[in-house]
Amino acid sequence: MKKILILGATSAIAEHCARLWAKQGQALYLVARNEDRLEAIASDLRVRGASSVDSFTLDLNDFDKHEEMLARADRSMGGIDIALIAHGTLSNQKECEQSVELTMQELRTNALSTIGLLTLIANEFEGNQSGTIAVISSVAGDRGRASNYVYGSAKAMVTAFASGLRQRLHKSNVAVVTIKPGFVDTPMTASFKKGILWTQPSLVAEVIVNSINKKKNEKTTPSCWKYILAVIKIIPNEIFKRIDL
Amino acid sequence: MSDKGFIGGWGGYPIEEAEQLAPASVRSFQESLKNQRPLIARGLGRSYGDSANFSVIAQTKYLDHFLELDTTNGTLKAEAGLSLREILRVIIKQGWFLPVTPGTSFVTLGGAIASDVHGKNHHLSGTFGEHVLSMTVLLGSGELVITSPLVLPDLFHATCGGMGLTGVILDATIKLIPISSSQISQKTIKSRSLEKSYEAFDENSEATYSVAWIDCLKSGSSMGRSVLLLGEHSDSGDLALSFKKPITVPIHTPAFLLNKLSINTLNASYYAKAINNRSKDVSLASFFYPLDAIGGWNKLYGKQGFIQYQFVLPNEGGLSNMRVILKEITKSGSGSFLAVLKKFGPANKNLLSFPIEGYTLALDFKATNSNISLAQRMDEIVKDSGGRVYLTKDSVMKESTFKSTYPKWQEYESVREKYGAIGKFASSQSKRLGLA
Repeated sequence: MKKILILGATSAIAEHCARLWAKQGQALYLVARNEDRLEAIASDLRVRGASSVDSFTLDLNDFDKHEEMLARADRSMGGIDIALIAHGTLSNQKECEQSVELTMQELRTNALSTIGLLTLIANEFEGNQSGTIAVISSVAGDRGRASNYVYGSAKAMVTAFASGLRQRLHKSNVAVVTIKPGFVDTPMTASFKKGILWTQPSLVAEVIVNSINKKKNEKTTPSCWKYILAVIKIIPNEIFKRIDL
Repeated sequence: MSDKGFIGGWGGYPIEEAEQLAPASVRSFQESLKNQRPLIARGLGRSYGDSANFSVIAQTKYLDHFLELDTTNGTLKAEAGLSLREILRVIIKQGWFLPVTPGTSFVTLGGAIASDVHGKNHHLSGTFGEHVLSMTVLLGSGELVITSPLVLPDLFHATCGGMGLTGVILDATIKLIPISSSQISQKTIKSRSLEKSYEAFDENSEATYSVAWIDCLKSGSSMGRSVLLLGEHSDSGDLALSFKKPITVPIHTPAFLLNKLSINTLNASYYAKAINNRSKDVSLASFFYPLDAIGGWNKLYGKQGFIQYQFVLPNEGGLSNMRVILKEITKSGSGSFLAVLKKFGPANKNLLSFPIEGYTLALDFKATNSNISLAQRMDEIVKDSGGRVYLTKDSVMKESTFKSTYPKWQEYESVREKYGAIGKFASSQSKRLGLA
C-alpha cells in the first residue's frame, strides 16, 4: 500500500488519478479549498476501494499553512510515498493584461504556491532518501504565446524548477515527475471549443499514474503534443511574433 | 460554460444542434436553470431517439461520485451521472449486483431511472425504478427535494420513467441483490415458430432471466422462430469481473452492408449455430452486455443512423397481433439486425413507465423514409392492440399515438405543473409528443 498526498484534489485530473489509486487500494490524503466537494470525493474514493481517505480543507495560496498541512498528512497516513501537486487555475489572459493584481494572483496560484510546496516536500523526501513528487505543469509552459502567456509563464517556472529539483534529488533516491498535459476536457476548460487535440481527464490520469510508477522525468500527454511542441519551439522569434497562437 | 455542437441519440437519428452545458456541481446546475430556456439533462446519450436532445442540454458527466455503499444491507447511494458500468466494477467484486439491468452498461444511474429501464428479469423483478429507495431531484425552481415511494410519491412516480422532464435527478439510493459468483448459468432453447416461442416463455416463467432473439425475416410457418436464452446466477466461480476494452467501430460503415441478404444470412447462421437445450456458464458481461464489447456498434447502420422500435402488446390477442406486425415487417422487406422478444410481468405505478403485462419486441431499422413510415404503420397496429411504444427508443411517434397509448399523460402533466417543471425541462421528444 502506498501513501499518497494529493494537492488540488478536486481538480478533474487529480480526481481521476485518485480513482485509479483507490482501485489499487492505496491510502490517500486529499487537500483542496472546497470542503463540500472534498467530502463528496472522499466518500467516492472510499467506495472505490481506497484503504483510507483523509482530507484537509485549505486554499493552497495560504502559504503559511503548508507546513501544518504536510505535518497532518504525515501523521494521518504515517508518512508520504507519493505527492501529486495538481492545483491551479486557468488564468483569463485578457483580464490579466489589464490588471497587475490579477496577474500576480495567477502567478501566485500557478507558480509560487507550487514552488513553496515543492520546496517543503523535497526536503522531507530528501531526508527520507525516498519518495516520488509529481507536479502538473503544462504544454503552455514551453513557449509563451499571446493567447495565454500569464498561465504559460507560471507553468514555465514550474517546469524549470522541477527540472533543477530532479537533478538535486536524484542522488537522494527521490524522483521528480513533471507532467505536461495538452488540452484536457475538464470544468476548468468548459468554455473552450473542443477539437481533435482534446483529451479526457481519465486518460491523462492513466498516463500520470503510469509515469509515477515508472518514475519518468517529463511526460507530455497526449503524446502528439510532443511533436506539436517541437514545431512550436523551433519557429524563429521573427516569425513567431507575427503569428496568432 | 458551454459548447455548441450537434448531438443525437444512440440511433443517430435525429441529429440536432444544441448548447451543451456541463455543470460541474449542483450549484452550477441550479445556475443553469435560472436562464429562461428549458433544458434536458443528458447522461451517456444511450436513449436511441430524441429524448435527450434539445436546444439546451445539461450533461451529468461531473455528477459521477459514489456516495455510500452499504455492503451489509446491500444498498448503494450514488450521483446520477455515474454509469452502471462503473457501479458494476465496484459492486460485483463485493458480491452484489444490480436488481435490474438494461442490455448495456453504458447508461447512467439517472438515465436508468428516467427511462425506468427493464431487463431480462422483468417478469419477476419489474423495472429499475421499483428498486429505487429514494432520490434527490432538482426542481425547476432550483429547490432540491428528496422523494421516495412514501415521500412526495406523486413526484417519485412521475420521475421514474418520466424521461427527465420533472426535474434533474441528482442522486439515488438503490437496492442491490447478492450474488456469489460473476458467472451466469445459461440455457438455450430453440423454437420453430412464434407460437412455440411464446410457449417456451410460458414454460420457463420461473427462470430468473429470459430473453429471445427472433428471426424477423422468416415468413410462413417458421415466422417468429427463435432462440430463447435463460439465465440464473451461478453458485460456482469467483466474483471477478472482466470488462474487456471494447473493439471499436471506427467509422460509419456504408449502410448497404446491412441489407436483407446479409441479415438473412446472419439470422440463419445464428439459428443454426444455437444448440437446443444446451447449458453452459458464461460471464455476466457476455450474458447481459454482449454489444458493449463492440464500441460504437451503432455506426454499423451508416451515417443516416437507425431507429430502434420497441413495443409491447398485452397478452389478450397478443399472439395474433404480433403476427400481424411481423407480417408487416416481412412485407416491407426491411430486415432488423436485432430482434429481441421478451415476456413482461405486470405494469407498475410509474406514470409513463413503458412495460405492461404482455410480450415486447425490439427491432432495429435503418433510418430511411420507408422504414419511418413502416414504424408509423406499426404504431397504428400497436395502438389498436392496446399496446405501446418505448419512449426511450422512440424518435418518430405521433402525439396522438402517445396520448392514447400512455393514458396517464395528463396526470403526469399535472405533477410536472405542481413541481414547477413546465417551461424548465423539455426535450425534442416531449415537444413532438405534445407535452408542455
